[in-house]
Amino acid sequence: MRTLPSLLRRHLAALRALLVLTAVCGVAYPFAVLAVAQLPGLRHRADGSSVTVAGRAVGSSLIGQSFTDKDGRPLKQYFQSRISNAGDGYDPTATAASNLGPEDVVDTRTDSLLTRVCAASLAVGRLEGVDGSRPFCTADGRGAVLAVFGPRDRTGEVVRPTRVVSVNQACPAKPFLVVYRGVRVECAARGADYSAGRIVPIRGDAPARPVVPTDAVTGSGSGLDPHISVAWARLQADRVARARGLPVARVLHLIDVHTTGRAFGFMGEPSVDVLGLNIALDRG
Amino acid sequence: MNPTTAGILFLASLIVALAVVHVPLGDYMHRVYTGTKHNAVERGVYRLVGVDADAEQRWPVYLRSVLAFSVVSVLFLYAFQRVQSHLPWSLGFANVPDHVAWNTAVSFVTNTNWQAYAGESTMGHLVQMAGLAVQNFVSAAVGMAVAVAFVRGLVRRRTGDLGNFWVDLVRGTVRVLLPIAVVGAVVLVAGGTVQNLADPHTVPTLTGGTQTITGGPVASQEAIKELGTNGGGFFNANSAHPFENPTAWTNWIEIFLLLVIAFSLPRTFGRMVGQKRQGYAIVAVMAVLALLSVTATMTAQGVHHGTVPTAAGAAAEGTEQRFGVLDSAVFATATTLTSTGAVDSAHDSYTSLGGAALLLNMMVGEVAPGGTGSGLYGMLILAIITVFVAGLMVGRTPEYLGKKIGAREMKLASLYFLVTPVIVLTGAAVAMAFPGPRGAMLNSGPHGFSEVLYAFTSAANNNGSAFAGITVNTPFYDTALGLAMALGRFLPMIFVLALAGSLAAQGAVPASAGTLPTHRPQFVGLVAGVTLVLVALTFFPALALGPLAEGIH
Repeated sequence: MRTLPSLLRRHLAALRALLVLTAVCGVAYPFAVLAVAQLPGLRHRADGSSVTVAGRAVGSSLIGQSFTDKDGRPLKQYFQSRISNAGDGYDPTATAASNLGPEDVVDTRTDSLLTRVCAASLAVGRLEGVDGSRPFCTADGRGAVLAVFGPRDRTGEVVRPTRVVSVNQACPAKPFLVVYRGVRVECAARGADYSAGRIVPIRGDAPARPVVPTDAVTGSGSGLDPHISVAWARLQADRVARARGLPVARVLHLIDVHTTGRAFGFMGEPSVDVLGLNIALDRG
Repeated sequence: MNPTTAGILFLASLIVALAVVHVPLGDYMHRVYTGTKHNAVERGVYRLVGVDADAEQRWPVYLRSVLAFSVVSVLFLYAFQRVQSHLPWSLGFANVPDHVAWNTAVSFVTNTNWQAYAGESTMGHLVQMAGLAVQNFVSAAVGMAVAVAFVRGLVRRRTGDLGNFWVDLVRGTVRVLLPIAVVGAVVLVAGGTVQNLADPHTVPTLTGGTQTITGGPVASQEAIKELGTNGGGFFNANSAHPFENPTAWTNWIEIFLLLVIAFSLPRTFGRMVGQKRQGYAIVAVMAVLALLSVTATMTAQGVHHGTVPTAAGAAAEGTEQRFGVLDSAVFATATTLTSTGAVDSAHDSYTSLGGAALLLNMMVGEVAPGGTGSGLYGMLILAIITVFVAGLMVGRTPEYLGKKIGAREMKLASLYFLVTPVIVLTGAAVAMAFPGPRGAMLNSGPHGFSEVLYAFTSAANNNGSAFAGITVNTPFYDTALGLAMALGRFLPMIFVLALAGSLAAQGAVPASAGTLPTHRPQFVGLVAGVTLVLVALTFFPALALGPLAEGIH
């Protein structure tokens, strides 16, 4: 070995170190944890916390599911899960968030985040028979956003517009505003590019705390969120009770049973396990 | 309890836990890195590796050992991914494409764990546990080794010796990281994190559809992913995935793990230099910066200015119901203040100012507390720059811990500081200059620019988190970000070890009336101030084009 140049000797030592540490950290360690995970009480969790109905696995208590029909319409007898951006919805082989930003307000080839929020709010409101309005949303469930054309002042503001378009309301939709600063608001022509205009979201007069809860109109980080908020679960209770011919009190009770409070009283948020709740409802 | 109180308690409990644990852990690491005895396992390892564990290394030799180990690691991990389809537990996945394999190999070896791939559809179980997770251990141990070597340079007098890289690497791995990771992994399994070797299997769902449930050796990888401030998720959704981070309390554990070593190393430093108060001063600077940052992020996320958060009623897009907005903000702050880059929520969907705070955390150089090891040496460089600035003000030759900070030392410290801004700003400018890379943005306008800026900031600082809307598994981004990660990791290490060598060669300067005390609150304030001013001057224009333009109307 002594005859080898030091450069080669050093890299051979590095390779041997890597192989030894791979054996320790890459084989012995994960298999040791795997062995411990076989202990009773741990094994079920290590294997994925599967949930069975009548002896048949139907999923995992940690992974959310869609409760919709083949066309994506909500099944009224089931509590609904959050919006999922994992594949076609709740697909564990394609986990993802929307990754759309807080000012993503103009629909392009796909709906903007604002329009997704507005559309979800409208849909949930209709499903539960409550007011689905939200700030910055049109009555037809789009982002209430104008493209304002005209000469700009020093701050970029368009004081005297020459043309105003409601960019997220494709024609022949009726724009959410008739007139903006004295100019008639147009609906958006399909495929037109309004990026030259100044983009102005319009707050509108919807309540700051809408009836439809936040988690019902936003997507989760994983796209597999198994939980919803207590507020949204309670909002759904009437409809589920009606669809199943159950007393509302019974459904509200089941919500309580499937609610996890904050861990140790202060970690995280109270959460309702949607799959567990729906299984309990099916059991009757 | 309202969510705000709960969020503040969540943060406070983490602070208390870290305050309690950093003392014994810091003392333990001091013993690990200064002990002269090798245990039986380690002696066996040194024999297999073929190194003399008692030989001291001068800085060039130490550095060449670091680089040799890293080069071999990159080549090994690259080859491993390129042949995965022929290996067991490949889950039927194809060999990883060359540009993705290069990017991933560099990413994991540099402790970045930037992910241009989606774990559940790209990497088989064997590559994950015997390739990627191994680098989670050793890249963290390399960072700690370099930090310890640097502290030895401050401590030792009239010598060229900085210790032995192979010993530091092995001890950091088997005595520090491995035991904590084992405990952490078992705790995570108890919370519901999966640990199996199952293939994805399809089950019929309650409504008659199907769902494919994934598995893998996740818990073992999750524990070291946080502890080693790595951050590479087993799955694409990272720590937002219920199989990685199933409950609100595992979320707490994961944040704790990713902070604990970096916040304990200043204690180790204090013990090594023989003045615990020097360690307290360093940890105090880290704590001040971290508290400022977490307050800013939690406030921005809680108040949720901006169009979509106002419409939604909270900054909840991309957050999991079980964590809530504020706990997610704590995770996001911790992951960007360290070099972790794991995420339990989608940073891309954060409020403009919340997202800006996350970017700023990385731009500060990840020193509060920073990555395992890299945080400590980064902060010590800033301390050296601070004594220099203070020395200029009063017209005296600056010194730190009895070592003169002369022209050579300041050149090295300045070069260290300049590396990441040069990479970040050049990289982002190049990407923005070409239509292809520019088209990778998901969002448009300032937020799209933020995605590009975030990518290069994350890569150059070896963070690994992303404004993940950007499409980066392209040859351009894989190559450019791979280079950014490699240069952002190893150039600073070169300067740090060279600086350690020149400090170790000096004798001690006795403290005099003109010596700036480096353990008082005054010094803590100075270091924090110098850090923020340097970073603000460097990055303000870039931030103004991105998150500030978006968030301030």
